[in-house]
Amino acid sequence: MIKIRKLDPMNRRDFVKLGSAAGGGLLLSVSFPTKSARAAEPAHLDFDAVDMLGDGFQPNAFLHIAETGNIEIWVGRADMGQGVRTSLPMIVADELDADWNRVTSRQADAHPDKYGRQMTVGSTSVRRGGWMPLRRAGAAAREMLVTAAATQWAVPASECRTEMGRVIHNASGRSADYGALVGAAAALPVPEEPRLKDPSEFALIGTDVPQVDTQLKVTGQATFGIDVRVPDMLFATVLKSTVLGGSLESLDDSAAREVPGVRDVIKISSGVAVVADHTWAAFEGARALECSWQADFAMSSSEISTHNARLCEGDGVVAREAGDVGTALAAGTQRLEADYEVPYLAHATMEPMNCTAHVEADRCEIWAPTQNPQGTQRVGAELTGLPIEQVTTHVTYLGCGWGRRSRTDFVQDAVETSMKVGAPVQVVWTREEDMRNDQYRPASMIRFHGATDANGRLSALSARVAGPPLGVTDGPSRGDGADRNAVDGIATLLYDVPNLVVDYCRSNVQVPTGYWRSVGPSGNTFMLEGFIDELAQGAGRDPLEFRLELLDGHPRMKHVLQKVSEMCDWAAGPPKGRGRGIGLVEDKGGIVAQIAEVSVADGLRVHRVWCAADCGQIIHSGIVDAQLTGSIVTGLTAALYGEITIDEGKVVQSNFHDYEMLRMSDMPEVEVHIVRNREEPGGVGEPGVPPIAPAVVNAIFALTGQRLRKLPIRMA
Amino acid sequence: MAKFTLRINGTRHEVDATETMPLLWVLRDFVGLTGTKYGCGRSQCGACTVHLDGEPVRSCTTRISTVGAREVTTIEGLSSDGSHPVQRAWVTEQVPQCGYCQSGQLMAAAALLDKNASPTDAEIDEAMSRNICRCGTYQRVRKAIHRAAKEG
Repeated sequence: MIKIRKLDPMNRRDFVKLGSAAGGGLLLSVSFPTKSARAAEPAHLDFDAVDMLGDGFQPNAFLHIAETGNIEIWVGRADMGQGVRTSLPMIVADELDADWNRVTSRQADAHPDKYGRQMTVGSTSVRRGGWMPLRRAGAAAREMLVTAAATQWAVPASECRTEMGRVIHNASGRSADYGALVGAAAALPVPEEPRLKDPSEFALIGTDVPQVDTQLKVTGQATFGIDVRVPDMLFATVLKSTVLGGSLESLDDSAAREVPGVRDVIKISSGVAVVADHTWAAFEGARALECSWQADFAMSSSEISTHNARLCEGDGVVAREAGDVGTALAAGTQRLEADYEVPYLAHATMEPMNCTAHVEADRCEIWAPTQNPQGTQRVGAELTGLPIEQVTTHVTYLGCGWGRRSRTDFVQDAVETSMKVGAPVQVVWTREEDMRNDQYRPASMIRFHGATDANGRLSALSARVAGPPLGVTDGPSRGDGADRNAVDGIATLLYDVPNLVVDYCRSNVQVPTGYWRSVGPSGNTFMLEGFIDELAQGAGRDPLEFRLELLDGHPRMKHVLQKVSEMCDWAAGPPKGRGRGIGLVEDKGGIVAQIAEVSVADGLRVHRVWCAADCGQIIHSGIVDAQLTGSIVTGLTAALYGEITIDEGKVVQSNFHDYEMLRMSDMPEVEVHIVRNREEPGGVGEPGVPPIAPAVVNAIFALTGQRLRKLPIRMA
Repeated sequence: MAKFTLRINGTRHEVDATETMPLLWVLRDFVGLTGTKYGCGRSQCGACTVHLDGEPVRSCTTRISTVGAREVTTIEGLSSDGSHPVQRAWVTEQVPQCGYCQSGQLMAAAALLDKNASPTDAEIDEAMSRNICRCGTYQRVRKAIHRAAKEG
């Protein structure tokens, strides 16, 4: 489908400015009103402008080429630091043979179907989102431009080539800028099966071009959700139940209403919203509220832990089975059993939950730092009763995502509050509310039984996983099967184990649970790789050799493990006073092996981490390196500090003083090696998280003989 | 409520506020300088770092009444065009991931280099460990500070 839109300035709101551009196209600049004098250059645009384009060539939703030859590429997914605003346009631009310097990356608004699935979770933006659709989008446009030029020159299209935004005909020496061809190209049918490049022809894909938004981020100009400013907007925060799942029993807001700047105190479905002239007044107002909450849930962490252990005594639902585990365990030369455990974790995104909404009689506009643009739009429609076309959802920059922003509870807060006060409102949660009203990574445990045979080879493994599914507080469970996420990383293990059973015991403990970077493997890989290490050590085997012999069926995984061992010269061993340990995972299509080097003489310190990764065809090498290094920080933070504890139904932690983050002084020296190949693109943002925790505990064992089976790490 | 006169990025601003209002919210919600971020509200994360007469402070716990005549510099005032050595080094090293903490990181780094033109890794760790980066950009932050020190 070809869309050519004429812009009707009368239909645009006043922040759209039009002018004539050289060459007869339309010059568009959009300024987003703020109280600051923010530059309003097109390159700084954060929000969707797809309906604001003038003449040009738009063969699909993702791409527009202006008569100037300037190219705009829309990104349907949300950018939370994983770099999709750079990497997704690179895919289009490469197939298009565009001049990257003339490409502008645009964040798309939410749309039910225009950009495909916009939910940005599970390391899917490239591997299950953009890869083929965006390649086709670029390739189709390129083919149309070539046809347009060839027709104009009366030469065969097959004699034309493209390079840096130009069509070139070598024999006649003719060439034309894409901008000069857009009119003719737009009149052509869009090819359904355009020729895609052979990977050897990629010019941008796999490189390390500067990211499109670094300049914005180093000058304070990138607009995060919390930075959205709308004329006449109010600011609000929401006080929520101190007990998980609680509801408001009584409210005294008299003191809150006395706080200077507070406009109103209203009840919304999630709690009490304090609406004010500025964020600080809202925070102070919320602090002055006197509320009591009614709740049924009153469990504490120790009971939850006991509950998981008790579940392991019963029967589980089988998630994977091979061979005869019972017989093989009995026949084992070495038999081991152990319980491993991980706690609830908060996301603690740097930017606390927030959302801005403006609900009017016939329209609703939402600005959200969301991983779930379409869900956000739906929440707007459901709450207001407006048709979905009348709900506009702008996706801002996200100050971390980690899965937390796939939920829409904070969107609901803003839409409800705006509806009640009849004005644009920005709702910002305090850090404390953010930490205590999270959707936590589940606390779970695994009861392992394992055996090695006379050759010291792994012969049997039984893993019983006990813990809640994701979304456990959302209502009745979706069936009695093994929760896919709860057993992910265990049921999916790639080691060759002839006798294997993985089963799952569902907990219904009513602590809200949700996606947390790398999800199931974030805990399961720690538990599995710790136990594998125990079996290796117990059999008197080298942990590297023990693993390698189980990977003959998975050469890519074996290669990654071998690679990381070469990086640190595993065979030579660590320097005196240090220990090394291994962690390995295949997660969301990415394979990552890490080796950590630790010392304990002066308290536990992780000095170095070597990381090898095979994520298939990569788009941007610098982003992959950054994601893997950052994933190590995420995983190490969880391993060293991460624990949300529950005391009689209340979340104990509230801020960074009691939910600590890895800091610069704890940062190990990280060395990353990316295996380059042409396999299908795999996940990048998450598979680097799981291996570091087991690498560290395995290193501690190698050094001290102390086996740690529970996170966070507490040295004896 | 009281009237305060602040000097921010070289410009005078008259602000009506309660004495206890943190500078962070004055900057963000009154003056419209949203580059300075809210992260914790209790001097734990450093996302709100600004300079007072060149000294790095946490604006989330700096009351407006204590600012006085000191010059406030925010990320927007570090340079108008991203030309400050730390900003240039940050671009070269492609430091930011999500970017939310980076204003604070840059302000802390700029203050460090003002005092110590050529800091060691240990000195960088010491100065920068008040700033949390959840994405884990620390390794590139360190490289960028060394680069800014070298290239000035």
